[in-house]
Amino acid sequence: MEKELLEHSLGFNRRKFLSRMSIGLGSAALGSLLIPDLFSSSSPEEAILQGLPHFAPKAKRVIYLFQNGAPSQLETFDYKPLLNKMVGQNLPESIRNGQRLTGMTANQTTFPLVGSYFGFKQYGNSGAWVSDLFPHMSKIVDDICIVKTMHTEAINHDPALTFFQSGAQQGNRPSIGSWVSYGLGTENSNLPAFCVLLSRGKGNGQGVYSKLWTNGFLDSVHQGVQFSSGENPILYLQDPDGMDRNTRRKMVDQIAALNEMELKNFGDPETAAKISQYEMAYRMQTAVPEIMDTSRESEDIIKLYGADCLVPGTYAANCLLARKLSESGVRFVQLYHQGWDQHGNLPNEMKGQALDVDRPSAALITDLKQRGLLDETLVIWGGEFGRTNYCQGKIAPENYGRDHHPRCFSIWMAGGGIRPGMVYGETDELGYNIVQNPVHVHDFQATVLHQLGLDHEKLTYKFQGRRYRLTDLYGSVVKDIIA
Amino acid sequence: MKKIIGLLILGAGISVALLNACSNAAMADTAIPDVISYNYDVRPILSDKCYNCHGPDARKREAGLRLDIASEAYKALQEHPQKHALVPGKPEASELFARITTTDTSLLMPKVSSKLPRLSEHEVAILKKWIEQGAKYEPHWAFVVPQKAPLPAVNEKSWPVNEIDYFILSKMERQGLSPNEEADKERLLKRVCMDLTGILPTPEQTAAFVNDASANAYEQQVDRLLQLPQFGEKMAIGWMDLARFADSHGFQDDSYRSQWPWRDWVIDAFNRNMRYDTFITWQLAGDLLPNATKEQQLASGFNRNHKITEEGGVIDEEYRVQYVTDRTNTFGRAMLAMTVECAKCHDHKYDPFSQKNYYQLYAFFNNVKEVGLESTVGGPETYAKNPRMTITNEEVQKTLRFINKKDTGKLEVSVMADRDTSRKTFLLIRGNYDTPGEEVRAATPPVVLPFDSARWKRNRLGLAQWMFDEKNPLTARVFVNRIWQEFFGRGIVKTASDFGMQGDLPSNPPLLDWLAADFQQHGWDMKRLIRQLVLSATYRQSGKISAEKLKKDPLNIYLSYAPRARFPAELVRDILLSSSGLLNTEIGGPSVKPLQPPGLWELATSGRGILKKYVQDTGKLLYRRGLYTFIKRTVPPPSMMIFDASNRDECQTSRYRTNTPLQALVMLNDPTMIEASKALADRLLQRGTNPTQVITSAFQRIICRTPDAKEKEVLVSYWEQAVAELKKNPENARKIISVGNYQAVTKDTILLAAAMQAIQVMYNMQEAITKT
Repeated sequence: MEKELLEHSLGFNRRKFLSRMSIGLGSAALGSLLIPDLFSSSSPEEAILQGLPHFAPKAKRVIYLFQNGAPSQLETFDYKPLLNKMVGQNLPESIRNGQRLTGMTANQTTFPLVGSYFGFKQYGNSGAWVSDLFPHMSKIVDDICIVKTMHTEAINHDPALTFFQSGAQQGNRPSIGSWVSYGLGTENSNLPAFCVLLSRGKGNGQGVYSKLWTNGFLDSVHQGVQFSSGENPILYLQDPDGMDRNTRRKMVDQIAALNEMELKNFGDPETAAKISQYEMAYRMQTAVPEIMDTSRESEDIIKLYGADCLVPGTYAANCLLARKLSESGVRFVQLYHQGWDQHGNLPNEMKGQALDVDRPSAALITDLKQRGLLDETLVIWGGEFGRTNYCQGKIAPENYGRDHHPRCFSIWMAGGGIRPGMVYGETDELGYNIVQNPVHVHDFQATVLHQLGLDHEKLTYKFQGRRYRLTDLYGSVVKDIIA
Repeated sequence: MKKIIGLLILGAGISVALLNACSNAAMADTAIPDVISYNYDVRPILSDKCYNCHGPDARKREAGLRLDIASEAYKALQEHPQKHALVPGKPEASELFARITTTDTSLLMPKVSSKLPRLSEHEVAILKKWIEQGAKYEPHWAFVVPQKAPLPAVNEKSWPVNEIDYFILSKMERQGLSPNEEADKERLLKRVCMDLTGILPTPEQTAAFVNDASANAYEQQVDRLLQLPQFGEKMAIGWMDLARFADSHGFQDDSYRSQWPWRDWVIDAFNRNMRYDTFITWQLAGDLLPNATKEQQLASGFNRNHKITEEGGVIDEEYRVQYVTDRTNTFGRAMLAMTVECAKCHDHKYDPFSQKNYYQLYAFFNNVKEVGLESTVGGPETYAKNPRMTITNEEVQKTLRFINKKDTGKLEVSVMADRDTSRKTFLLIRGNYDTPGEEVRAATPPVVLPFDSARWKRNRLGLAQWMFDEKNPLTARVFVNRIWQEFFGRGIVKTASDFGMQGDLPSNPPLLDWLAADFQQHGWDMKRLIRQLVLSATYRQSGKISAEKLKKDPLNIYLSYAPRARFPAELVRDILLSSSGLLNTEIGGPSVKPLQPPGLWELATSGRGILKKYVQDTGKLLYRRGLYTFIKRTVPPPSMMIFDASNRDECQTSRYRTNTPLQALVMLNDPTMIEASKALADRLLQRGTNPTQVITSAFQRIICRTPDAKEKEVLVSYWEQAVAELKKNPENARKIISVGNYQAVTKDTILLAAAMQAIQVMYNMQEAITKT
């Protein structure tokens, strides 16, 4: 424990020290590759964080598998057999209890209940219920903690996503990954601290956008860096045609030679920073493609994640890449898989979506575990809200849809000091309201930060005269789910 | 921990002298002044550490104690009537002092549970001395009407060129600093060209200026630049950030909006040197002016640049309230530099604004003929939202000539228009759209300047008149500060959008006040103000940072050297285009889609609307200035974001200036840079192939000065090496020159490729994209 704390403080003080030092780098040895923090801010006015981490961290890194569009809890982890018995019956007003509705069902005169098309079974020692859609995830239930009682305030995608990522439905606030980068810095000086990977399923989709990984009012070094599939995984990383590594090396050397003259003549510390940033850029050009390269992955790994993991841009490939990035020290890997917005045609679409994510999500847990990394890596799986227990539009037991539902939904978390093999919270028999242990989005965020050794009330940044935090003014750590 | 840092220092090879330098600089700030100033020394501590529970927010006030008002702080404590928080002259009798110094953690302030850091020894010492000296309060500097103080005395009387310099020099002299010598003419010309127009001087212009020995040579350049149409383009960049201008509606589907004619108006208004009071009045209330012209209505589009949802299923009122909130907050940040937004859900924690004050201000913007969700993604009928105006081709030919509209299609822009009957405004409890509280009427924060409804109507026009009343303490200060920030890299008040209790204090208060009063007294003349700034000796200094200055003035607060800021994202692009001759100098018109890495929009779209795919422009449109680059809010142009451009999500009054490896990657690999290097190499090679000559000419175009012998040597030898390498591998040369649309004339591919590489080195010099 002592040692962990020390390691963390070292990383932090190094960063703080260097950012102060940028004021006076003038006479420093130039082009030194020992300067450890590639993404350090050169702004000497960066807010000073005090006493980080606030306590010994359980997790060092996060991989967040965001299921964008909001997968239905009723076809994943929240088993409600009563709904199957009550198909077509109207949701009693006493249960709906004034819940505001989206414009899509607000004009519906009836709210006919509908049960899951897919069967459920219990798995593992925990006896967690999992729908038949997820044969692989059902095998890892003893490694994960399913939270059935998430709830949120937003009822539409944009504000709900923004709320999950930034703690506020509106406004240009930093994303959770940016907060973590700000609080803990990077572990690998050749990679960004906050990486973003996108994929898309065939289901009805809602867009994702770079606003979701914005640094907001934090320094832009904390911005999420989007990785794309293909030859140019990070924008502008790839040298132009005709430029080999040797030629690039020579060019970077000439740039450094000229910039050093400028530094000598003008004494601007920013020039020294610039020289080292070019050096780091050069190194990133090697480091990133190495990570992206799946050609050396073993047969076992490919089997584990599924053959799709060799097809760049798929969810499977992104899960594998997430493991590799995380293993290399990336603090926060944020995945988004689009296509979970089943207002209609739910059984069909969810089948497709589940096929995309089931095996790779489970594989990621298994893989991290076999590498001994699960303990220090927090993995999160879930969407931005839940879905209604009643049907949107025409109802048929094989073909129905569900509208947005903020009052309860399921996510799971694993590793990073979260209790494995646990199902947390209970919803009512109709799956509409929470009856026990609600977890608000701000509680979830507080818990994630807590596992990283950060006190959500202390990780603040002063902007426009106010100390902002990820959890706004709310949230408490969900102690029950901590191992 | 000290040991670890020591090891690091050795590891990184940094001299110890350097560390001493840092700690000395820090020491200088920690001395306790002889006379404690409430505004400068005390209030920042009270505001930051105490006001949260003992400040303006009545609902959260603890123990009935309020420390932001003298009479409240002096009176007997509610819970301990025999005690007083402050007893002037007697720290030992003051409960405040006892509670910040106690070792009893149950009594200590700020409370441990507040998670605020406890007061430092330095802060305690300041408060102690302040109480000893009588615990005197002063009104907040920003709420006192600015007045011109007499010019301060200076020793170096030959240095000042205009009034600004007296204020700057006097401050410098007190710090034991002296100004730098004037910058050399080449660097000075580049600096002022970039600051005023964002376009590099040509080698011919530089030579002419260097050879012009007349006393007013520089002044003539300034006056020439102020008349160029590129001036308006340059000034529009910051205004577009502030006005959160974009080409898409924002929110999830983020489809197209046709708001660009408003931007064309801004450029034109700057170029015409519209008075600042007119400029603002039209934008706030152009539609409410008697017999409002089309141009005045167009200007009011300022308040419709905010994001507008097109997400089906949202609750209408929730979003309508959001739009009104955005306008109110924008007004606060941009016009008042006040964080009024903090009072949306509760009374302000630090500044004397109540939640009611917030909704009174909000009421000015709450009467628009609009709905929350007008339409979901669709065709041209959704590109502007009601209220809107149609611009006809005839109007473009006659009255609205500044609009660069070429096609004959219909053009509509979202603008302001009020309802005939006024919508009632209620305080929204906790800021929630669906929990209205007491009804309020439009009014301004009384602490700034009470709203005199006998003189002004309670509408946006009245609000504009209130802003420009001579007793308004903020309007002029806020604007001159932002202009100062644009030219000197950092505002006199660093927090350009927060002049409140939690904002930074002015680094040179009499200068700020002098500039504000002068601006007001001279007809709100923007070009005159800017001319004053760039003609000052302060501005003309060299950017050299001596070791001594780095120690005494590391943040350049005293301006003892010229600021060396990296240029904003838009100008980084302009530098590539103007130096290479590729620049298309057309002004205004629909925003353009230059080269950008493929797939970004496609991967992030909901699949709806005309912006689901990035359809790159072609031909000359690829070479428009950076400010015309299309801003799709949810996926803003990546190379610009990497250089800290605004995502235009909300009002932004200053930008970060980071220095990251991703920026290095953009400068090394962005196809625009490579194409620029090709165009420039090709053009220069047509005049002659001597490496020294080509390099010198390219250097003059990119860096805007003649390279010295050493620089030439590095570049020429690099060129020669490149030629040798490429001869070994001619296929590489062919690949290098194949990038971009520009068709080169030069036949010798090896020569062209080598010249391109040498030019790419120049584009990547720090000086290329930095104000020097």
